[in-house]
Amino acid sequence: MELALDIQNLQKKYADGTPALQGVSLQVPKGDFYALLGPNGAGKTTLIGIATGLVNKTGGSFKIDGIDFDAHPEKARRKVGVVPQNLNVDFFGKVIDIVVNQGGYYGIPRSVALPRAEALLTAVGLSDKRTTQARQLSGGMQRRLMIARALIHEPDLLFLDEPTAGVDIEMRRSMWDYLKTLTARGVTILLTTHYLEEAEQLAKHVAIINKGTIVADGTMDEILARYDEAQQQHKGYRGSRLEEVFLQLTREPEKPS
Amino acid sequence: MTSYEQWISFYTIVRKDVVRMLRIWPQTFLPAIVTSALYFLVFGAFMGSRIGTIEGVPYIMFIVPGLVMMQAVMNSYTNVAFVMFQSKFFNRNIDEILVSPTPPWVLIAGFVAGGVLRGVVTALLVLLVALVFTPLAIFNGFIIALFLILASVIFALGGLTNGVFAKSMDAINIVPTFVLQPLVYLGGVFYSAKTLPGIWGEVTMIDPIFYLVNGFRYGFIGKSDVSVWLAIGVLCALAALLFAVVLYLLRTGLGLRQ
Ligand SMILES: Nc1ncnc2c1ncn2[C@@H]1O[C@H](COP(=O)(O)OP(=O)(O)OP(=O)(O)O)[C@@H](O)[C@H]1O
Ligand SMILES: [Mg+2]
Repeated sequence: MELALDIQNLQKKYADGTPALQGVSLQVPKGDFYALLGPNGAGKTTLIGIATGLVNKTGGSFKIDGIDFDAHPEKARRKVGVVPQNLNVDFFGKVIDIVVNQGGYYGIPRSVALPRAEALLTAVGLSDKRTTQARQLSGGMQRRLMIARALIHEPDLLFLDEPTAGVDIEMRRSMWDYLKTLTARGVTILLTTHYLEEAEQLAKHVAIINKGTIVADGTMDEILARYDEAQQQHKGYRGSRLEEVFLQLTREPEKPS
Repeated sequence: MTSYEQWISFYTIVRKDVVRMLRIWPQTFLPAIVTSALYFLVFGAFMGSRIGTIEGVPYIMFIVPGLVMMQAVMNSYTNVAFVMFQSKFFNRNIDEILVSPTPPWVLIAGFVAGGVLRGVVTALLVLLVALVFTPLAIFNGFIIALFLILASVIFALGGLTNGVFAKSMDAINIVPTFVLQPLVYLGGVFYSAKTLPGIWGEVTMIDPIFYLVNGFRYGFIGKSDVSVWLAIGVLCALAALLFAVVLYLLRTGLGLRQ
């Protein structure tokens, strides 16, 4: 099985001593739609930050499409696109410029990047906003702009860090349809989301991370099979099966009294 | 990246900065024009007639190179410091470049080139304003251009260091006010260092702006307090040192990567 992303024993301790990742290993097959799930502060954004070269790891190694990131950072970076959790666009930049400039940083000349950017903006439903400043977009539109920006250099591996947070239902559905066309074309997607029904529908593989360690990973069916009615503790609200498995794996153990 | 791709990335960084500068021209280019017109009016036209000549040139002609240099220095510095700080702190859109295969030195070159353009264009605008008040002597155009570019490169690199290190907006404002201003005023913009008494003449010698102002002024009036070659040597060394510092900062990710 060819791997789009192969992470071995990844560790991250932030400068203030926070151990965000404590020996994470993760294998994402090529062409997969992979969900990385975990509660707030579990280390998902940190993992994506390291895999995209924005955060320095403190241990371990990883390969992107078989290329060791430390040995060949430029080659590895070309293959990766990222939609970050937090908005990070130039507020005063125009939508089309933001996408085209991103191509520029990958060495793509404007003449090539412009038509690509137009097509991407159409795909994410922003073509009528092409000359609007980013600060004048709604939150969901800004997120879609970041998706277009992440794809300008045609990456093989796309990291989506909560891409649907704040995106309305209709747009979310069309976004998923669009992202599925990407995986159909062979793009690998690693996604984090707190909407587990979304992950359940889309992802082939899942990993659940808690406090910087992977507590479960496998195919969606394998993970769902861990659903155990006996452990079902929630009296009131009941979520999907994946939600219940997620809670069983990440819930604080009840302290013995 | 191939060198063509590096060029594209460099061009993209510079182009983006130029678009920004032009969009907010009342903040980027206008202040220098207004302040220097006031300086020329007050110090040159009004007081200059009392002061007479320094080193045999009319006082206003003596201060023109200094004032032009002051604007070049201030503008190249604040341009880069501000853009770097804003893109790493507020918008965090520096990540756009940091995820890409653009090597650190291209990032530095792009930001510095933006600052140099800002410094040089501002300087040319101030020179145009000066023409309203006095005819300009030109002794050596090559020296003028060389010192203008050296000044902008050095202070753009300084601004970049400041922007990368800064943890708050205050840190961006402190340096221009408490470091650059004194360096400018003590760097012989308004007087000849030869006229300074005792220790002050020596203090001036460790001020990089002193070398910039003198070399630049030499290009206009053909006279300088120091050897022009010494000035070029000192300034090139300073530029190389700053480039090494910034490159080290970016390579190790200090300040930009956690
Ligand atoms: N820059 C930083 N400096 C110090 N600690 C950090 C930093 N960024 C994250 N952390 C810490 O690292 C841990 C993991 O954070 P991370 O952002 O990776 O979590 P996450 O899984 O993405 O959470 P969420 O679902 O809320 O986005 C947390 O304890 C967080 O406080
Ligand atoms: Mg996160």
